[in-house]
Amino acid sequence: MPANPELEMEMIRRVTAGEKQLFHQLIRPCERGIYLLLFSMLRNQAEAEDAAQETAIKIYRNLHLYRGEAQFRTWAYSIARNEGLRRLRRVQNAREDSLDAMTEGESGDFTPAVLTSWREVPAEALERKELGALLREAIGGLPEIYRNVILLRDIQEMDVRETAGALEISEAAVKVRLHRARALLQRSLAPKLKGFAPGRKGLLGWWR
Amino acid sequence: MVAMRIDCKHVWEHISAYIDGEVEAELRAEIDKHLETCEICAAVLDSTRNVVVLLADERVFEIPAGYSKRLHERIEREIAQDDPSKPEP
Ligand SMILES: [Zn+2]
Repeated sequence: MPANPELEMEMIRRVTAGEKQLFHQLIRPCERGIYLLLFSMLRNQAEAEDAAQETAIKIYRNLHLYRGEAQFRTWAYSIARNEGLRRLRRVQNAREDSLDAMTEGESGDFTPAVLTSWREVPAEALERKELGALLREAIGGLPEIYRNVILLRDIQEMDVRETAGALEISEAAVKVRLHRARALLQRSLAPKLKGFAPGRKGLLGWWR
Repeated sequence: MVAMRIDCKHVWEHISAYIDGEVEAELRAEIDKHLETCEICAAVLDSTRNVVVLLADERVFEIPAGYSKRLHERIEREIAQDDPSKPEP
């Protein structure tokens, strides 16, 4: 969903000038991402939906503050993220990620799972419910800082700049976290996804 | 010219950037060359790329049924409240 910034800016002008119904249209391309981002933070459907509604209202009320330095979507996601953080802080029992996972240090094992027979995962495999469940479970198991980056970059397919803007971190940090997140996912998923490979060919047959 | 030899660990370090097309041409060529002869790295690359492809599949992350409808109803209430000339439907 590549948004047209000029069209978007025009729409925002019209909403703030009084055509309030247009807000429905403005928020629509972001609503899935807002929910997913909040779900990744809050890990609870009902809470995430409630937070998403709250976020949409905040976006609506603060629309006059949007200046267009960042893409609208980036701005909207940063509001969602702040709403998620606010709730995590408010509910003191927020799940604590391990201290070492919260740092940017070199800790953690990012060595990939080495396997030689899993190459292609066909899209049809997704029809099998278990595959979706495996992915969600793997992502749920990531430390929050990696989960958010994966969510915006790979699930919402935002670019590095947008992701950095939404999470209020540097682009370099996005790249590092993304790399680690993907490495962790590959490690946990590759051995399990092997079972979803179509025909497993011999060693010589499978490389390009 | 002696080409810079890269090992598997080096390739893994750049896999994410490689998938995103963000490695410089020279390094990219080195990695490509390595991939031609290293089955392990080729498999790691493919499985990582597959994970990335799967993540982008909308079917993996479902939104609760009715989410959008409820969201827009909530927005509608906010708009109505915001605009006294238009009573709540
Ligand atoms: Zn190798």
